[in-house]
Amino acid sequence: MTSLMPFDDVLAAYDPALGLEVHVELNTASKMFCGCPAVFGGEPNAGVCPTCLGLPGAMPVVNGKAVESAIRIGLALNCDIAEWCRFARKNYFYPDMPKNFQTSQYDEPIAFDGYMDVDVDGETYRVEIERAHMEEDTGKSLHVGGATGRIHGADHSLVDYNRAGIPLIEIVTRPILGAGERAPEVAKAYVAQLRELIVALGVSEARMDQGNLRADVNLSLSPKGSGTLDSPKLGTRTETKNVNSFRSVERAVRFEMQRHAAILSGGGSILQETRHWHEDTGITTSGRVKSDAEDYRYFPEPDLVPVAPSREWVEELRGTLPENPTVRRARLQAEWGFSDLEMRDTIGAGALGLVIETIAEGAAPQAARKWWLGELARRSNEDGVDLVDLPITPAQVARIQALVDEKVVNDKLARQVFEGVLAGEGTPDEVVEKRGLAVVSDDGALGAAVDKAIAANPDVADKIRDGKVAAAGALIGAVMKEMRGQADAGRVRELILEKLS
Amino acid sequence: MPEISRDEVAHLAMLARIDLSDAELDHLAPQLSVILESVASINGVAGDDVPPTSHALPLTNVFREDVVVPGLTAEEALSGAPAVEDQRFSVPRILGEEA
Repeated sequence: MTSLMPFDDVLAAYDPALGLEVHVELNTASKMFCGCPAVFGGEPNAGVCPTCLGLPGAMPVVNGKAVESAIRIGLALNCDIAEWCRFARKNYFYPDMPKNFQTSQYDEPIAFDGYMDVDVDGETYRVEIERAHMEEDTGKSLHVGGATGRIHGADHSLVDYNRAGIPLIEIVTRPILGAGERAPEVAKAYVAQLRELIVALGVSEARMDQGNLRADVNLSLSPKGSGTLDSPKLGTRTETKNVNSFRSVERAVRFEMQRHAAILSGGGSILQETRHWHEDTGITTSGRVKSDAEDYRYFPEPDLVPVAPSREWVEELRGTLPENPTVRRARLQAEWGFSDLEMRDTIGAGALGLVIETIAEGAAPQAARKWWLGELARRSNEDGVDLVDLPITPAQVARIQALVDEKVVNDKLARQVFEGVLAGEGTPDEVVEKRGLAVVSDDGALGAAVDKAIAANPDVADKIRDGKVAAAGALIGAVMKEMRGQADAGRVRELILEKLS
Repeated sequence: MPEISRDEVAHLAMLARIDLSDAELDHLAPQLSVILESVASINGVAGDDVPPTSHALPLTNVFREDVVVPGLTAEEALSGAPAVEDQRFSVPRILGEEA
């Protein structure tokens, strides 16, 4: 069992330094260096060619659209765009890359020296971006014979190269210092805001659960007050790989802070290594130790000529950027009429993009907010998944609200529609149909229930006859109970008052 | 003048997955030094005004349109594989690493 120090004790003794590496899989039609489809999945090894299989003599050619996306990401992160840069070979022996190297960029990234201002509960942290560079994704290995599909205990591995060569942009931060107790939240907020930006740019599907966006979390601790923000003293770091939800980013940072602190306070030292995140148990375990075997012998890729984006092109692409996130948030808040608290909660829940899309599908802003931060936030907490990963789309949420607006269902029944959609029972309309959830507003059926309620509550009926209209609530309740919640409450009230006037 | 030690040659051999015996290392390490020295003589010709060159052609920005073109069928792709299982390349397990 890994020993952990209580989080508050960690903060009393240590300053955390965070670093995040995020890989974004671009949504280009074709791969980075060949014309194979940039679509992962489907029939294994059916989306490959001599270039992405690394067959002798095959020559790569850069996908211009991927360069364009890389530059737009760089500009959106306030980076400088290289006037001239090269690709490099990162040499290693592992069967996920059949070439025995990954084509990447080394000391000449296409974008560098940027920043992103991250909002955490109304406070702004400036996360400095060291670089964003272009590279290609690797093939997918399946380990056979091991109990868990992992390599330990596996007899052999099976590789599908459909994913090999899909364009990736790797975005690397500088060490994030001074976040203190907020470090886990800052990490989460950074990844969430980066995703929002990538979605706004339209350069990737950016679904963490699909692996379009993958985060590696670097963390180190230094004794409290041992360095300053200007000249930090960084401790030995660990790199936790493939943390694939916002929630897990936060948990992984917290876990590593507590684990490092327990080791350091016991007089031990941190091993510089990669660690694996386990979503189910919320812990990290040791991966491979960084040693000099990890010497990638980078050298310039001779088969690809340098990329030298003209300043005209860069400025043209700058003109295509979406609004700056801070400005955009202020504009949206004003348009939607959200209070500061409502806006902050929406952002904090990672729901901003979802609310935007739901409103675009026709829902009123407050209704969109209410469902995502109420019913759906509750479900995401219960199931331990991010809102964005719930099996419901913004369009479906907007449709359920439309059903409420059209008085097909009331709020209470709408909750059952959500339940049905999340359980995979179909579209909102199908769930209403299958579960028979439509409210009854037909006077015939309602009238009979109202008559029954009046007969059963003669004293209440008398009060209403005497003009105590507020008493109608009790009768409405009785009718709703009779109709198992599926009555149009407004119409029931009208009928009661008509009958007793 | 660049000098490459026997240890460095052993390290490079390991990185390149070339299995060299002690006798081979003894034999090859001095030879590599000679080769490096010969290549380094280029520094004597190229002055500070000549930037290091990685590409012989003065070309930049050779891009492809983002268009899908047909590649290989899975059968063709796997035809040269030493072992195939479930339409995938079957490879020996790799120790000490996890993908």
